[in-house]
Amino acid sequence: MMAGLSNAGQDAGLHVLGPLEQIPVGEGRAFGVAGEQVAVFRLRDGSLRAVSAVCPHKGGPIADGTIDRSVVMCPLHQHSFELETGCSTTGAGPLRSYPVAADAAGNIVLQLP
Amino acid sequence: MTTLASRAARTKTVDTRRRLVVIGNGMAGARAVEEILARGGGVQYRITMFGDEPYGNYNRIMLSHVLSGEEDTGNIFLNSLDWYRENEITLHAGVRVDRIDRFAKLVFSDDGRATPYDVLVIATGSRSHLPPMDGMYTPGGRLLPGVFAFRTIDDTRNMVAYAQQDHHHRAVVVGGGLLGLEAARGLQSHGIDVDVVHSGGHLMNAQMGPEGGAVLRRSVEALGIRVHTGSRTTAVLGADKVTGVRLRDRPNIECDMVVVAAGIRPNVEVAVTSGLPVERAIVVDDHMRVPDEEEIYAVGECVQHRGEVYGLVAPLWEQAAVLADHVTGANPKAAYLGTRAATKLKVAGVDVASMGLQGPERETDEHVVFSEPSRGVFKSIVIRDGKIVGATLLGDSRKVAYLTQAFDRGLPLPEERVSLLFDVGGPGEEAGVAELDGAAQVCNCNGVSKQTLVETVKGGCSTLAGVMDATRAGKGCGSCKLLVRQVVEWAADGAVEEDPAANYYVPGVPLDKADLMAAIREQGLRSVSAVFAALAPGGAEDARSKMGLASLLKMMWAAEYIDERDARFVNDRVHANIQRDGTFSVVPQMKGGVTSPEQLRRIADVADKYRIPMVKLTGGQRIDLLGIPKEDLPKVWADLGMPSGYAYGKSFRTVKTCVGQEFCRFGTGDSTKLGVEIESRFQGIESPAKLKLAVSGCPRNCAESLVKDVGVVAVEGGRWEIYVGGAAGAHIRKGDLLATVDDPETVKLLTGRFMQYYRERANWLERTYAFVPRVGIEHLRSVIVEDSEGIGPELDAAMQRSVDSYVDPWTERDDPFTPGQFRTALPLEVLPQVPVR
Repeated sequence: MMAGLSNAGQDAGLHVLGPLEQIPVGEGRAFGVAGEQVAVFRLRDGSLRAVSAVCPHKGGPIADGTIDRSVVMCPLHQHSFELETGCSTTGAGPLRSYPVAADAAGNIVLQLP
Repeated sequence: MTTLASRAARTKTVDTRRRLVVIGNGMAGARAVEEILARGGGVQYRITMFGDEPYGNYNRIMLSHVLSGEEDTGNIFLNSLDWYRENEITLHAGVRVDRIDRFAKLVFSDDGRATPYDVLVIATGSRSHLPPMDGMYTPGGRLLPGVFAFRTIDDTRNMVAYAQQDHHHRAVVVGGGLLGLEAARGLQSHGIDVDVVHSGGHLMNAQMGPEGGAVLRRSVEALGIRVHTGSRTTAVLGADKVTGVRLRDRPNIECDMVVVAAGIRPNVEVAVTSGLPVERAIVVDDHMRVPDEEEIYAVGECVQHRGEVYGLVAPLWEQAAVLADHVTGANPKAAYLGTRAATKLKVAGVDVASMGLQGPERETDEHVVFSEPSRGVFKSIVIRDGKIVGATLLGDSRKVAYLTQAFDRGLPLPEERVSLLFDVGGPGEEAGVAELDGAAQVCNCNGVSKQTLVETVKGGCSTLAGVMDATRAGKGCGSCKLLVRQVVEWAADGAVEEDPAANYYVPGVPLDKADLMAAIREQGLRSVSAVFAALAPGGAEDARSKMGLASLLKMMWAAEYIDERDARFVNDRVHANIQRDGTFSVVPQMKGGVTSPEQLRRIADVADKYRIPMVKLTGGQRIDLLGIPKEDLPKVWADLGMPSGYAYGKSFRTVKTCVGQEFCRFGTGDSTKLGVEIESRFQGIESPAKLKLAVSGCPRNCAESLVKDVGVVAVEGGRWEIYVGGAAGAHIRKGDLLATVDDPETVKLLTGRFMQYYRERANWLERTYAFVPRVGIEHLRSVIVEDSEGIGPELDAAMQRSVDSYVDPWTERDDPFTPGQFRTALPLEVLPQVPVR
């Protein structure tokens, strides 16, 4: 995923979510993209991660979670999920993960499958 | 796309592996698969598993810890979904298998699927036995609300939810065996008053004789659990929900819930329907194979082997290993010959070990007994032909390791039988561990021997946690942790290191609080990211550590703290308390619980304007507005025009007061004024855990000062008592008297000094009810009241800096600190919808 977005399917599935600055460093914000709820995080190293926005455990708002370089922790019951894969490290079901990156103009670009 | 290409490539190569289907995703099914994989079964088989619970595989033994709240459900999962994926196991969770067609080799499940197999493993386990009782079911055939079995995660969660409802106070547990006692103890931790009704003549009659049962009963009753033995529950009372139970020959017991823990029954329906041999359970041979069925195996609590049906975990591990030997062909000679039942556990806080016979059966059997009921200690050993054939130990597990080994292997016994029970004049506990044979299994869940532990220690691993991580010993049910510790200590020959992680202030920075604060101060680390960069291994951030560090740094640096909002928990980012649906609650400051018509009118107007779904009086004498979407928070605060009540933070919360001297005819001091002053002074200061205070105007204590983190009571003669370390929430504790002082100013000074000492010394999330007894009230008195260490002025000054740097966080409504600070994070409504291109 960190290699950037796949070149295949150039138009299909790519969504521009607007400027990077709407996400403070180290935090996440939620976006509605083509009917899907996606939480996009801006890590302290500047890179982006995107996972589905609703915790599979009890529906908690993932975008409000606390993150580090590798995981996001849901604010409701502290279930953790790998930002790269969406897999839970605490036994919950997985989140979906999405390829995401910033383009040359500083916009967030998300790829839906 | 690359994914398409790889998928196409995969379909071209035909999977020639045989198909292994496992019915049951419990501890037996998953363990059997683990053992099969460990023998290279992944190369031979494509594996499919069915589990009728909608979860991955979890440790059922730990459910009693979940019930008592010691463990979160998330922590009891044994195999994450990743494990299934990594091993290419297809898991159908929440799907029940109805029937097996042995001739067509197909498994039919309730989702309409027919799954072919080459080899089948049945691991359907067992379920709670619900003995017939009148009124247990509703006319619709469901369990009456308030009646619970105790078998699954869902049972446990439902029980906890029901027990925590305020109006539920009493429970009856039907069954005084292992599970029943665990249920009783677990319910007690939710403040429920418990009766245990047991049809047997004594508790745990499957594991011990009457004398042991009587000693156990004493110990259980000492915990406040009432025990009724030799009695049967004949009916559940109540029309819409449980109101009581009827007993045979005894008065009815009123209660709000009934937990049935009256044994288990094997799940054999699939086997019966499918024409497999079933007696008490599914019959298997020494290869764990169903007789006359070459390709069908069964394992766990659903099987009957040589006439025995087991309900414990140890036999299951042995069975799974034999099964895997045959399924994979790793050892065609492997045979399961039955398990000599030896159990070692902690029941309701009492150590219990039992093996073999409960008492002597032949005239020539020797019986060595020691009983000390007042200490809850009972030891009984049955010896036949110079060998142990049975033992029961209660309340003292020191000799268990040695006795288990002697029982398992028929070791010769010392002439002086009393030394079986006690270390007579010996070097104490270590002897038990030293005597243990190297091959003896210490951790029965993960099959770790003493030798393995010893080698791990000799290999340079000198902490308990390190050895446990390296070997997985003690990581199953956890009952062997004490023995693992003893072996590690013995192997390290006293050089065992204290587990340092237990003392870390936050998990991601390997320093205890004092060292962490010293390092932060020396290096001038003013932000959370700076702390990670300087002090965390590899400079790695750790999400679990951020909130604790943010709080600590704010306390240490006050106005000089560099506030990084990503380090805060969401509550502290938006200054409100997140609720289960992702909305927030808002509690305006109401000092001392004193309000005015003008404030109330404004609150009412805000509640109307924003259609606030619930307006609630809190226990801290304030008004809680619940169900506010994040994006409305700034507007709500603006319309309220009141400061934050800090009802969301690990911080100073509120001061509860009584009516006080102005109106109350009993009042002896101006408690209301003092309460308001304390709240004004310390509003919003952060601390390791929340701080709830109270001031009462007389010893009638209407503000409940004795159960507060800091509670003040006015007493006759114009004096004030200060109590610290009280609690009346998840834990109940009466505060300890810190001092009795002459004037309100001294109350404020000592309150602040105590809170600062607590802020500097307490562990993260350690409430005062734990902190005060840990450091001791005498120590606190000498440091805080008598200033024996000379740090009083320092503490006062540090607190003053925090007080001076207070800013009402709700002023951020006009000038958000970060972009989108109050933007919704949930699919509520106003998410920025990006058009589909």
